[in-house]
Amino acid sequence: MATENQTDSRRKVASAMDSSEMAISITDMHKWFGEFHVLKNINLKVRRGERIVICGPSGSGKSTLIRCINRLEEHQQGSIVVDGTELTHDLKNIEKIRSEVGMVFQHFNLFPHLTALENCALAPIWVRRTPKAKADEAAMKYLERVRIPEQANKYPGQLSGGQQQRVAIARSLCMNPRIMLFDEPTSALDPEMIKEVLEVMVELAESGMTMLVVTHEMGFATAVAHRVIFMDFGEIIEQNEPHEFFKNPQHDRTKLFLSQILHH
Amino acid sequence: MTESSTPQDYVPGTHPDLPPPVRTTGPIGWARINLFSSPFNIVLTLVAVYVLMSIIPPVVEWALVKSVWTAENRVDCWAQMEVPEGAACWAFVKSRLQLFIYGFYPQAERWRVQLSFVLLIFAILPVLYDKLPGRRHWFWYVVAFPFIAGWLLVGGFGLTPVDTDQFGGIMLAVVIGVTGISFSLPIGILLALGRQSDMPVLRLLCVLFIEFIRGVPLIVLLFVASTMLNYFLPPGTSFALLMRVLIMVTIFSAAYIAEVVRGGLQGIPIGQHEAADALGLTYWKAHRLIILPQALKISIPGIVNTFIGLFKDTTLVLIIGMLDPLGIGRAALADAEWAGLAREVYLFVAIFFFICCFSMSRYSLYLERKLHTGH
Ligand SMILES: Nc1ncnc2c1ncn2[C@@H]1O[C@H](COP(=O)(O)OP(=O)(O)O)[C@@H](O)[C@H]1O
Ligand SMILES: [Mg+2]
Repeated sequence: MATENQTDSRRKVASAMDSSEMAISITDMHKWFGEFHVLKNINLKVRRGERIVICGPSGSGKSTLIRCINRLEEHQQGSIVVDGTELTHDLKNIEKIRSEVGMVFQHFNLFPHLTALENCALAPIWVRRTPKAKADEAAMKYLERVRIPEQANKYPGQLSGGQQQRVAIARSLCMNPRIMLFDEPTSALDPEMIKEVLEVMVELAESGMTMLVVTHEMGFATAVAHRVIFMDFGEIIEQNEPHEFFKNPQHDRTKLFLSQILHH
Repeated sequence: MTESSTPQDYVPGTHPDLPPPVRTTGPIGWARINLFSSPFNIVLTLVAVYVLMSIIPPVVEWALVKSVWTAENRVDCWAQMEVPEGAACWAFVKSRLQLFIYGFYPQAERWRVQLSFVLLIFAILPVLYDKLPGRRHWFWYVVAFPFIAGWLLVGGFGLTPVDTDQFGGIMLAVVIGVTGISFSLPIGILLALGRQSDMPVLRLLCVLFIEFIRGVPLIVLLFVASTMLNYFLPPGTSFALLMRVLIMVTIFSAAYIAEVVRGGLQGIPIGQHEAADALGLTYWKAHRLIILPQALKISIPGIVNTFIGLFKDTTLVLIIGMLDPLGIGRAALADAEWAGLAREVYLFVAIFFFICCFSMSRYSLYLERKLHTGH
């Protein structure tokens, strides 16, 4: 990996700290599941082109946080502004934001009754009203980009986990999203398949995509993230540039967490 | 390295393909495995062979070999047999065949029934074969078919009106069955979606409707249709009995379909809804493209089961005085010329229903296999 270019581009992004450049802006946000206070006073600004890795113990609210960004979960207090549009009950806004924010799930969630190609072309055809031929062509382009064009006409049930996850990434990319959310994209995969998915994600990062990735792949975090965020008990405990984050964790809970994931 | 007991005389990875052990393939192999694999299995096979041998030949002899196909009346029929009443007298069914098919539909207008039947076949074709050329364009024809057929059969708008009281026989059973099936599926799907909705009022209405209809026997609903329904209509309007029966049969079947489809909807992982939402699909698009195709696929056995039940239940209309094939048969048996030939009549009616229901059952198996995509 070209580490020099990487740090270079990181500096560039860091210098462009203009508020109009915000891809996501979360302010004083709280969320409850019934009585359970799952997200507490979240403040997070994500610049365009910025890549953020979110880690933390299981149950700390990482999934809930990124699912609030495309309204798979509803927050009760504070504000979330995505790409200049605030998330409210307005269905039109929600649909607009969802079509601009791609999401990749831990368990892929491909549509099992459709082929890989149909999975990819579906949303462009039905949400963006792209003509079928054009949508298929674009879908094929993205399947090539995630390196499985030869699997285009197979059903998800006939693909390996790694291949399914790459189709899921291609499916999101077909909507030309400006932001990509990943919720533990490799944690349901066998070790030998993790690499092929991470490679695709690194390439995506190099293309300048704004990415929020929940993952415990520290190698990936060090290689591509501008910032690593540590969450525990529904709060953002600590955030830092990856090398500093791993070398010099400030908070006791961060230290404990890092020692656990590095020694298992 | 482990040592194998027999020395290996080939390089690893080059083991030749060997034929399977003898007697595991071919008809003899099949019989050995499936019919004679254990003492219990052998006994079962022999008992089954004995039972079939003692039932099939006499039935074939009665129904086909010694049966009589042309006769003036019962006495004439029996005169042609070695043993009077010793074989089937199909001449009876033959003489009533027109009645069995068309009921009391006016002779001169029966081409309308025939045409409707041909149109029905064309409406079923695109449902059966998805490879039909131009299948998309058939869609509107399939949607329009019930209305075209309704106009053809009832008349008006240029055709001689035919009173629906004259409908009967197979034609009546098919009219009730096809109407019930084609309207109860969409209504049932909407009820199932309503029952899962986040809107409490809509959900409550759907639950009440489904539970009420499921809790009342169809016969009771049919009596309601034949006696009470007119109380609820504005005075002066009369509503043909057939129309009321069609409505009752449809909502009855829709309530069952709703429960079957709800089971299918619950079998769809939440991740499918989330993936559809995350792509920006609206509720209706997500359901049409992602959720329902999968939920209906899981529900096929239950849906077809409900349709088979509905089609067989069409015979219940004879209780409120409509003459379906069974009703026609019973009326025919009252004829002094032919009285006493109940076996032939009931067998004929049974075979008609069996052919229809068995085809539906086979079609559902075919559909399940075709839609299987390896998950
Ligand atoms: N739909 C839900 N209803 C109630 N509690 C939930 C729901 N989803 C998640 N939770 C709870 O919220 C907490 C945070 O969950 P989650 O965001 O999935 O954590 P993480 O992704 O960090 O493991 C957990 O304690 C979980 O049990
Ligand atoms: Mg999670």
